[in-house]
Amino acid sequence: MSAALKNTALGAAAEAFLTRYGGLRARLPGDVKARDEAAAAFTATGLPGPREEAWRFTHLRPLTEISFAEPLTPVEDCAALLARLPQIDAPRLVFVDGRFRQDLSIVPEGIAIRVGGPASPADHLSEKLVTLNTMLSEDGAEIVVPAGMDAGTLMLASLGTQTNGRHGAFHPRHAVSLGMAAKLALIEVSIGEGVYLNNTVLSVKLDESAQMTHLRLQLESTQAFSFATIQAEIAARAEYDSFTLTIGARLSRAEIHARLTGPDAIAHLNAARLLRGNQHGDFTTIVRHDAPNCASRQTVKTVLDGAARGVFQGKIEVARIAQKTDGYQMNQALLLSPDAEMNSKPQLEIYADDVKCSHGATVGEIDAEQLFYLRSRGIDAATARMMLIRAFLAEAIDPITNEAGRSAMESAISAWWEQAA
Amino acid sequence: MLEIKGLTAEIGGKQILNGLDLVVPQGEVHAIMGPNGAGKSTLSYILSGRPGYDVTGGTATFNGVDLLELEPEERAALGVFLAFQYPVELPGVGNANFLRTALNAQRRARDEAELDAPSFLKLARAEMARLSMPADMLKRNVNVGFSGGEKKRNEVLQMAILKPKLAILDETDSGLDIDALRIVAEGVNSQRGPEFSALVITHYQRLLDYIVPDRVHVLSAGRIIRSGGPELAHELEAHGYADIVASAA
Repeated sequence: MSAALKNTALGAAAEAFLTRYGGLRARLPGDVKARDEAAAAFTATGLPGPREEAWRFTHLRPLTEISFAEPLTPVEDCAALLARLPQIDAPRLVFVDGRFRQDLSIVPEGIAIRVGGPASPADHLSEKLVTLNTMLSEDGAEIVVPAGMDAGTLMLASLGTQTNGRHGAFHPRHAVSLGMAAKLALIEVSIGEGVYLNNTVLSVKLDESAQMTHLRLQLESTQAFSFATIQAEIAARAEYDSFTLTIGARLSRAEIHARLTGPDAIAHLNAARLLRGNQHGDFTTIVRHDAPNCASRQTVKTVLDGAARGVFQGKIEVARIAQKTDGYQMNQALLLSPDAEMNSKPQLEIYADDVKCSHGATVGEIDAEQLFYLRSRGIDAATARMMLIRAFLAEAIDPITNEAGRSAMESAISAWWEQAA
Repeated sequence: MLEIKGLTAEIGGKQILNGLDLVVPQGEVHAIMGPNGAGKSTLSYILSGRPGYDVTGGTATFNGVDLLELEPEERAALGVFLAFQYPVELPGVGNANFLRTALNAQRRARDEAELDAPSFLKLARAEMARLSMPADMLKRNVNVGFSGGEKKRNEVLQMAILKPKLAILDETDSGLDIDALRIVAEGVNSQRGPEFSALVITHYQRLLDYIVPDRVHVLSAGRIIRSGGPELAHELEAHGYADIVASAA
């Protein structure tokens, strides 16, 4: 056992994942060599810990209280969970506990989709949760949209369950690539019931002038653990437009690495979060400008009630070559309770001299004047609060042009509110 | 009928209202004039239920209902409307959505049927035309980027749509040019009738040339020190507040 895994709760949890890998190794599909390398790396590093700067605000300790196992028999009856998926008139790929379910899916035509094993992106991040994913991933979708094609909307759904008291852990590995000037709107939805761990890795590769809308609805069970690592490579004149809505999970982190590799590429990494109780939600972005004349935009809005904690870490890196970069980051939080807490960490690393980069962060509460104005017109206090929360989120949500996706977001936000009432 | 008896109130421990008595019978428009710091805005806020004021004595009833016991939205449903001196900006809240939500909340509270979107738009457009407001004002966010005059007209538009029984206009004339003043006054005058009463709070007599009050009251140091007919406003304009305040002391 390496030093990293010794004598700590996190070390014991990492050890448990390695033990499971030992048992599953022969049965897992795909590249054994890559898995063994990942296992060796994971043995050396273990899980991310609080001493690492990137994990300063998000502690994985709660993960160590649960004994996870790989999901056993496939769940037959998913009707209740399926009914909770947004009603979107589009093809869908449905994964239950990390495994593709042909019977629940509507596979699109015209685009290449491969399932039955983890997608293997060309590039690997060294992030520890990605290493864990590489080691244990069983399944995933590899989606290829050919050059010039508009593939419309596709839903990628993850259903997590807790079967027979077993706390499942699954590590889907997806890859999406768009050929030159291809288009796709991917609506990624994760929902579930009970205690489970979803550790998804998704890589995106956009060729020149490709356009991808990536709407993510994280609506996991409030007892679940949800980690998603997204790596996007954006070529010249391509546009990656992503929006993450975080409502579910006891502990979650969405980490997006976006790299602008050719001139005039655009990345939008917007997010909205609504958390309450003891939920912890982390949204971490790393935008790397590696070519001139690119633009990145991040508007992150967080609403925290109860004793919820929100984390936003946003890093913009501008390489020496990336002149005329236009980077913008705005991070605003609305605290509905004195016990809620927001941690923000913007970081700019700029090596080019002709760039425009700005960032801002605010934390506030509902404005008493605005609340009174609404109430003085006859609107009850609860509705008035909801109107102001919705208004707070508007700047992030209104630019979503995919109608189906935006209406799914609106419904999820309304449902969040109704749960409180 | 609005009936205020011996009202005393303070904010942050500072006494603002000092035993105020006032009766506005149904169907009448009364003006309240007074120097800065007399308590004019405090009175309007206390009647509409803004948090932050401590009522230490007296009563305020509307048609026999104790206003001071009610939440702001309950007072609104009873028909009390405050036109704000400084209308609040609501970024992210569309004007049409705001107006319709407010109207339907009041209608629900009064057990009346809610208005659907087309009927509401028809009503709103008709009132906007009367107030010479551009149609895009419904699409804009509430008061965001509105000029001072547009904000005041938006207050009067809300009044026209919500059709209150008691309107309190808190220095609605401030910041208005003469054309806007006329439009606003016309908006108020068109509401006048046996079911409508208003409390017009103003620093200047000018507004009262357009909204001619039934009675004028002078508020000073938190009390009504003199009441009279519309001519009292002209007297104040000619001689200032100092004489009246001195003679009342």
